Amino acid sequence: MTGTMAAVGAGLAVIGAGLGIGRIGGSAMDAIARQPEATSKIQTAMIIAAALIEGAALFAIVVALIA
Amino acid sequence: MKTKLSFILLSFSFLIGTTVSLFGQEGHEGTGTKEHGGSGEAFNASTFIMEHIADSHEWHLWTKSNGEAVAVYLPVILYSREKGLDVFSSKHFAHGNVYNGYKIEEEGDLKGKIVTVDSEGHADEAKIPLDFSITKTIVGLLFSCIIGLFLFLSLSRSYKKTGISHPRGIQSFLEPVILFVRDDIAISNIGKHKYEKYMPYLLTVFFFILINNLMGLVPFPPPFGANVTGNIAVTMVLALFTFFITQFSGNKNYWRHTFATPGVPLWLLPVMIPVEIIGIFSKPFALMIRLFANITAGHIIVLSLVCLIFIFSSLAVAPVSILFVIFMDCLELLVAFLQAYVFTLLSALFISLAVQEEHH
Repeated sequence: MTGTMAAVGAGLAVIGAGLGIGRIGGSAMDAIARQPEATSKIQTAMIIAAALIEGAALFAIVVALIA
Repeated sequence: MKTKLSFILLSFSFLIGTTVSLFGQEGHEGTGTKEHGGSGEAFNASTFIMEHIADSHEWHLWTKSNGEAVAVYLPVILYSREKGLDVFSSKHFAHGNVYNGYKIEEEGDLKGKIVTVDSEGHADEAKIPLDFSITKTIVGLLFSCIIGLFLFLSLSRSYKKTGISHPRGIQSFLEPVILFVRDDIAISNIGKHKYEKYMPYLLTVFFFILINNLMGLVPFPPPFGANVTGNIAVTMVLALFTFFITQFSGNKNYWRHTFATPGVPLWLLPVMIPVEIIGIFSKPFALMIRLFANITAGHIIVLSLVCLIFIFSSLAVAPVSILFVIFMDCLELLVAFLQAYVFTLLSALFISLAVQEEHH
């Protein structure tokens, strides 16, 4: 039972991460469309934000793994 | 600059080496030989995966068709208060043997740890020896340190010979990366005047994580394929380094911001101070978990995809599975670089928070 709950928890964490990174990607695309010269800066900021969000999602995965 | 960098790399590797073996005792392998599916046991994917991710006293190469395992048996170094120092090969621990009063605990809370065994054969829970063994992770770690030292010492040697001129050889590969760490990570965060003090640390951490991530992706031959950055003890030591460097370089401005953030009304301070203190600890903690979880999750995914072949027990799954594995490995390559970059960037960010001057 704990195993199933852990899997469900991990899945929910991925939903959160997916939503968050999707929004970042979307705003990054909008920003690049407005100002193509700033592409590299926007890309860098996007990657950093994505890594931080993924860190949060992986917190949840680690807890699910422990369970 | 060269001696400083190599000194830091060397001390880094020794510090991590000793600390990892003290703390990274969770998840040791149980017995030496494993009877794999041939004896009628169903294939258990999760134990297979956990064996490959966890640390181990031996380096399992392959299992011969008669069930015997071919492995490199790494030395076990134990120190207990009664018996003193004990060094022997982990081959003696195969099959759950008791050797010299020690054995590897098979089940229960202490599963995988080495415990002392009294004369009747019962494990004595109170007397656990200090485990300084050279385990799989430590071999991988030392090997990656050797690679790092070799790369950077030859780099500095070639600079010494030819001076600062157009890059050639290994310089042309490493120089852009070092300049990237200096310009985009160090200078843009810490500032032009103070970044030089922290460059050795940032460079070391970046290349250490990068080399270890990349080595973890290569499964064969033996010194590769050790899951170093996926060991939480290793990432904890890296995060502790960032933590100590940040705290020890905090200037008056930093402590004032922590304990009496300007602009905060007095009645709010009892709430803000604990929050800030928790913030001081939670930031390196997040660094540790982020690197550990990213790398371990990547390994688990690749291993699960390979296990698909064995779960379905059919060769037809193999092409699909291998294609997926190749795709995931490319993603893991990206993650390897990205995690090294993010760790270094966040370390630089925390250091910059600690050393920034007041600005009105």
